[in-house]
Amino acid sequence: MMELDFSPVGSGWPQLLEGALVTIEITSISLVLGCALGLVVGIGRLNPARRLVYGLCTAYVAAIRGTPLLVQLFILFFGLPQFGILLPAFVCGVWGLGVYSGAYVSEIVRGAIQSVDRGQMEAARSIGLSSSQAMHSVILPQALVRMIPPLGNEFIALIKNSALVSLLTIHDLMHEGQKIISVSYRSLEVYLAIAVLYFVLTGLTTLALRKLEQHLKAGGMVQ
Amino acid sequence: MTITQPDIAAMISIRGLRKSFGEHVVLNGIDFDVMPSQVVVIIGPSGSGKSTFLRCCNGLEQAEGGLVEICGQTLVNEGRMLPDAKLNALREEVGMVFQSFNLFPHLSVRDNITLGPRKLRGLSPAQAQTEADALLHKVGLTHKADAMPASLSGGQKQRVAIARALAMKPRVMLFDEPTSALDPELVGEVLQVMKLLASEGMTMMVVTHEMGFAKEVADVVVVMDGGGIIESGSPETIFTKPQQARTREFLHAVLSRA
Repeated sequence: MMELDFSPVGSGWPQLLEGALVTIEITSISLVLGCALGLVVGIGRLNPARRLVYGLCTAYVAAIRGTPLLVQLFILFFGLPQFGILLPAFVCGVWGLGVYSGAYVSEIVRGAIQSVDRGQMEAARSIGLSSSQAMHSVILPQALVRMIPPLGNEFIALIKNSALVSLLTIHDLMHEGQKIISVSYRSLEVYLAIAVLYFVLTGLTTLALRKLEQHLKAGGMVQ
Repeated sequence: MTITQPDIAAMISIRGLRKSFGEHVVLNGIDFDVMPSQVVVIIGPSGSGKSTFLRCCNGLEQAEGGLVEICGQTLVNEGRMLPDAKLNALREEVGMVFQSFNLFPHLSVRDNITLGPRKLRGLSPAQAQTEADALLHKVGLTHKADAMPASLSGGQKQRVAIARALAMKPRVMLFDEPTSALDPELVGEVLQVMKLLASEGMTMMVVTHEMGFAKEVADVVVVMDGGGIIESGSPETIFTKPQQARTREFLHAVLSRA
């Protein structure tokens, strides 16, 4: 049996950290994108009576959730150039992940909004607030608090899914690790190091969200 | 059937009001007028359509047929609702108090009350707070201004809900079983506030099972059953010499319970 040799990880760690920074950058931007998209689409799916908006939003969620993220990324990066649309790899990665995440976030948003008691909307409307005022001042603040635990899951999934963008030539954590493997042939050691770094990223995210939830609880936002 | 004209002197005028949920007919053609400063108490067995009737009066339920006029403005006419912008403005005139309070749990007591005035009446935060504190004084909850709703008792919550509705300076107040979710010992404090409003001349429609309140405060008692008004009149008439057998049965069942 071969002995484990972590020296490639030791000498390659600046490279790995740089890759981790790219991973953080790409997931952060796509996170913001996914949340913005998810909020709009989630609200768009609240009222089936507005057929066009509801139909478009539902089609988006179905298409994105029903196909592999890898295929979506490849369509953006390898497929669109056929139509002369050449997007930089980083842009493809961010949009691919953001649009993917947005579909899941929209379901979280919709679920959280619908979980707010119907009486809240009725009370808000009966003092004369419009439906958008009621949504903004009464429903969303309550729904946001309920979104935190499922959004945490989604953020963590996004961090892990971001490893796929290494296949679009983006120099993220995964990509940097593979470059080290290609010269050292130490797959197990390097992949273990990559796993640890991803674990640190997801762990920090979990901690940050837990803090946020405690903070909101202390502020009386959560019962 | 001839439908009479709505009464222009009335605060709320209802003609031929109909509403159903699917196959189930909830309101089968109600005619009723609420005059300014009148206190109308609506009683009747559960499922008789009382709450739906009340909710049609501020558009929380959309009536399918008939006419509802509030302060001379048509809220709904043969299933056509007032357009949203005007509906919102009309709702400011009609305060609503719910059985389950429906306070906004993420806002303090004071912010629950000031939300509407700040957003809709254009009050500055300071003005809104001054008004809110006066209303809290009125409902006896000055000391709870900064509390969160979760820390209040049911009776306190309902008094805040009344203050919140009053903050919009409504011309009519609707109460949908305001004491039904309360522990018995907390009912009195809410009824006290409602009596105060009535004595100040507020026009009120109250769905309730509190027969004592009906006897003491109501100008008109309306008895509903099976989606219609079976009888209405002064409390003395309804409670001492009801005309309808069903009214007698209902009153007997309710009053013998106590």
